[in-house]
Amino acid sequence: MQRSPQLNEKGELQHLLSVEGLPREILVQILDTAESFVGVTERDIKKVPLLRGKSVFNLFFEPSTRTRTTFEIAAKRLSADVINLNIALSSQTKGESLLDTVANLSAMHADLFVVRHASAGAPFLIARGVKAHEHVINAGDGRHAHPTQGLLDLFTIRHYKKDFSRLTVAIVGDILHSRVARSLIHGLTTLGTPEVRVIGPQTLLPAGVESLGVRVFHDMREGMKGADVIVMLRLQNERMSGALLPSAQEFFMTYGLTAEKLALAHPEAIVMHPGPMNRGVEIDSSVADGSHSVILPQVTFGIAVRMAVMSIVAGN
Amino acid sequence: MRILIRGGRVIDPASGRDGIGDVFLADGKIAEAKGSADRTIDAAGLVVAPGLVDLSARLREPGDEYKATLQSEMEAAVAGGVTSLACAPDTDPPLDEPGLVDMLRRRAKALARARVYPVGALTLKLEGKRLTEMAELAAAGCVAFSQANVPIADTQVLWRALQYAATFGYPVWLRAEDPWLAKDGVAHDGEVATRLGLSGIPVFAETIALATLLELVRATGTRLHVCRLSSAAGVELMRAAKKEKLPVSCDVGIHHVHLSDVDLGYFDSHCRIEPPFRSGRDREALSRALADGTIDCAVSDHTPVDEDRKQMPFDEAEPGATGLELLLPLTLKWGEERGLGLVESLARITCEPARVLGVPSGRIQAGAPADVIVFDPGAPFRVTAEGLRSQGKNSPFLGHELLGRVRTTLVAGNVVYEER
Repeated sequence: MQRSPQLNEKGELQHLLSVEGLPREILVQILDTAESFVGVTERDIKKVPLLRGKSVFNLFFEPSTRTRTTFEIAAKRLSADVINLNIALSSQTKGESLLDTVANLSAMHADLFVVRHASAGAPFLIARGVKAHEHVINAGDGRHAHPTQGLLDLFTIRHYKKDFSRLTVAIVGDILHSRVARSLIHGLTTLGTPEVRVIGPQTLLPAGVESLGVRVFHDMREGMKGADVIVMLRLQNERMSGALLPSAQEFFMTYGLTAEKLALAHPEAIVMHPGPMNRGVEIDSSVADGSHSVILPQVTFGIAVRMAVMSIVAGN
Repeated sequence: MRILIRGGRVIDPASGRDGIGDVFLADGKIAEAKGSADRTIDAAGLVVAPGLVDLSARLREPGDEYKATLQSEMEAAVAGGVTSLACAPDTDPPLDEPGLVDMLRRRAKALARARVYPVGALTLKLEGKRLTEMAELAAAGCVAFSQANVPIADTQVLWRALQYAATFGYPVWLRAEDPWLAKDGVAHDGEVATRLGLSGIPVFAETIALATLLELVRATGTRLHVCRLSSAAGVELMRAAKKEKLPVSCDVGIHHVHLSDVDLGYFDSHCRIEPPFRSGRDREALSRALADGTIDCAVSDHTPVDEDRKQMPFDEAEPGATGLELLLPLTLKWGEERGLGLVESLARITCEPARVLGVPSGRIQAGAPADVIVFDPGAPFRVTAEGLRSQGKNSPFLGHELLGRVRTTLVAGNVVYEER
């Protein structure tokens, strides 16, 4: 197997494209660095000069508000200049190729590209095309990966549970289309989580998902038993009726997280969700807003994690 | 022109001949008796074999000349030792009316390189709705009818198309792929696609379509050639169909016996191929079936794609790989790996496809067309974009070291290619 295209010849993080293939040391380095930035985000003056003079280009080929905003905040707190490009509405519609778009931006002296694209692997293509001093961070590519989300999920789990080596983590819902689930699963297995479960109907699980190192459950109640961490995935509107699922109501009945199902998990279980939530589809409001929920802290940690990733890749 | 090819290791897979000897060509045919030659080609230390017959090569004319031209691809063919090729109807416009077929044949003939056998569209515009004028297309030179990579979704139309073709004894060449199950899929539905987040095409997209085709062959008696098998389960269905003595044959893309889905690596769009590279188990089954004859022949499935259409995210990239110049070395490599001799290996790209095509080429016997190649089976080379004559530089084998270089190619007794 060729060297992971996200590492440089010294084995350091050159780009962040996927959690898969990242060595444990780099994962821990990112989480530890993020820990140090949590303090910054809580200060009165929320800025450090680590990326002063650097230009961060947010390249979103797919619409996103939340992820783009958190990357923007993270970059600004590192004192970088941020340029937001909503490519979905500009050059792509004029027929410009992905690599031409990137080459043009590169000519404007970018240091860091934050890329979201509907096609799996698009950030790998961009990373192959950029200059040696430029870095690429994947902000979500198709169903493939969303590494900063996976990392912030890991950060949140570590924050509340300290140690991965005794945990049971249950990921529930639409695994098939979820880049969040894939990134989190790779991170959890790399950090030595003994039991990672995926829970969902056969129609929402990809072929051979067990090969990722997970246990498959179709019965949510069974899968909840003894879980320390429950990660609910967003169900996209277009999946809610058709050949994959009959209705949002039936999904909520079978795989929605309610207080009654949550009671089957470990008494101190935490409940996570990458957002945006569909209340009453994958999660009941009483659980989303309840004492087990760490959904809002996830968002806060997300900024520290993105600061950590940007400062590490730009520093290498 | 009378040509003597002297002192080579002459291999004729059709008869099993394998020994040092001379081959004499006169009047465009392989001749029995020796007379005086106008030219002598020294083949000492080299192999003299029939020119290759490739059942699937896209020449991109008419319509897609920016990807490749007839001229560039015909040069690539003879440089690769391919002297006869069948071209799929998925040109732009598709080969669905006699004028287009006639023009293609004239243009190919004027270039005087490989022999070109057009495969006509089975349905108008390949839309799977209305039948083409098969008798007229056949009169214009179509040797078979096909849908290229566009399956017929409506089984009523498929049934009628096979019935109509059977009426006149026209062979039908089809890929087995259920269009609904394959919809939006870009990779084999398995662990690799799951990891990479690519949408998958399950194996049963092939087997369900194949079972349908075989059942329609039973009903209609159509001579069916199944193109580009991709799975172990598909091989088993073909094995059973042949045992049942159905009038069927099949081929495999030569890259499919060498590569599997793990070769996608980090989204290598050169591995975006139709049908997709499947698991290692499937690859092994295809390789073995080609050796035991369940799969009749290997094809290049030559599909030149311009680099801009490959430098894209995997799912947006245009499928296909260039192949005419790699058919011989990749077949030799396959034969070597399976422990087959040259006679056996070469049969899969000479006399066997010639039999499917129904042409007298692909053999070194008196009276056969003088389509002959002289090659060095041990000559190493590296596959590079610059080294390929085809306008399509898209190959998953770029950078690979392969063995087997064609030195001389003759078509109808004329030298059409000489190395350097």
